[in-house]
Amino acid sequence: MRDRAVIIVALACFLVVLSTPVWYARAAGVTAKAPELKRPATEKACVMPVAYMRASHMDLLMTWRDDVVRRNARTWVSPDGKTFTKSLTGTCLRCHANKAEFCDRCHAYSNVTPYCWDCHVDPALIQRSGP
Amino acid sequence: MSISRRGFLGAAAGLSALALAGRSALETQPREPEPGGGTPAAGTRWALVIDPRKCLEAGDCTKCVDVCHTVHNVPAIAEPAHSVKWIWKEPFERTFPSLQTDYPPDDLRDKPVMVLCNHCDNPPCVRVCPTQATWRRDDGIVMMDWHRCIGCRYCMAACPYGSRSFNWKDPRPSLVQTTPDFPTRSKGVVEKCTLCEERLAKGQPLACVAACPAKALVFGNLADPASEVRSLLRSRFTIRRKPELGTRPAIYYIV
Ligand code: SF4
Ligand code: SF4
Repeated sequence: MRDRAVIIVALACFLVVLSTPVWYARAAGVTAKAPELKRPATEKACVMPVAYMRASHMDLLMTWRDDVVRRNARTWVSPDGKTFTKSLTGTCLRCHANKAEFCDRCHAYSNVTPYCWDCHVDPALIQRSGP
Repeated sequence: MSISRRGFLGAAAGLSALALAGRSALETQPREPEPGGGTPAAGTRWALVIDPRKCLEAGDCTKCVDVCHTVHNVPAIAEPAHSVKWIWKEPFERTFPSLQTDYPPDDLRDKPVMVLCNHCDNPPCVRVCPTQATWRRDDGIVMMDWHRCIGCRYCMAACPYGSRSFNWKDPRPSLVQTTPDFPTRSKGVVEKCTLCEERLAKGQPLACVAACPAKALVFGNLADPASEVRSLLRSRFTIRRKPELGTRPAIYYIV
């Protein structure tokens, strides 16, 4: 029983070390709360239902990409019968004009770096920085 | 545990059968139907007829180049080893090295001629591309998918006309002006003229054709006997670049 004090101290140290991530995240202000996204002010409906877009917009974009580039098929009919031009900058970014506070914010939160933007241009960025 | 020869062979056969069944199951998975699957226009063969003399009348004009390179976000890099070009001027002798005469027309000799990808009927660039990033559309456009290009540059070695450029560095800092409707390219990707396929899809004329003040470039459908290009081919003497190679270019030059 002489070791009781040592054991308690070691156990306390162990618990502190074990919970470091929690304290660290607290201190750094990291939160599990989903980011605040800037939704389009004008449009209410997207090219597909919101739940689908949230989970699978990347699949849709891949399909659009292949349709436009490889099949020269550029018109999209949404489930509610509306037609759209399959275009990232022309259609997606026309409503989601604030890429920084919509696309980027969520991509940063989920720690993904899509390379779409290596080539595709954010029109807002051009307008701001001039030609 | 010991295993007999017969037992081992039996088990192995069973496993391979299973593996094969698995594979065929994967292969027969139905593909998702393509939404809006487009059919290429039948009976279309896009082409250009270029009149170098009309171009020369306009003097040092570079309007077609400027417009093309602006709307397609082609970087302006002075260094020849890094330069990227879709349409440019090449001296007459270099454009037509296999001319059947040592005495070309005096008014064209050593003069610049507009050159671009020839959108060949039998394009060697397409044949060598290992990823199908370059392919020939049914309307004759030799198209590129920059998403797929791995930058191996086989196509550049195969093209007998030097129509293709490689992005040795990020082209964005070298853009004079950025057109947001069109993507830029990234480092490590090959690019070339795509005959304004994005404009054709919207029913717009080619950027170079619309920009030319001398009407030196005429665009049209070779498959249509009543088209302006076909009537020019009927009435004027035209040649193509390096015809002996069998690439069958769709860019004709009035000489
Ligand atoms: S000119 Fe060169 S790049 Fe263009 S289609 Fe012919 S071989 Fe290919
Ligand atoms: S560089 Fe790109 S387009 Fe050219 S052959 Fe290689 S993958 Fe194809």
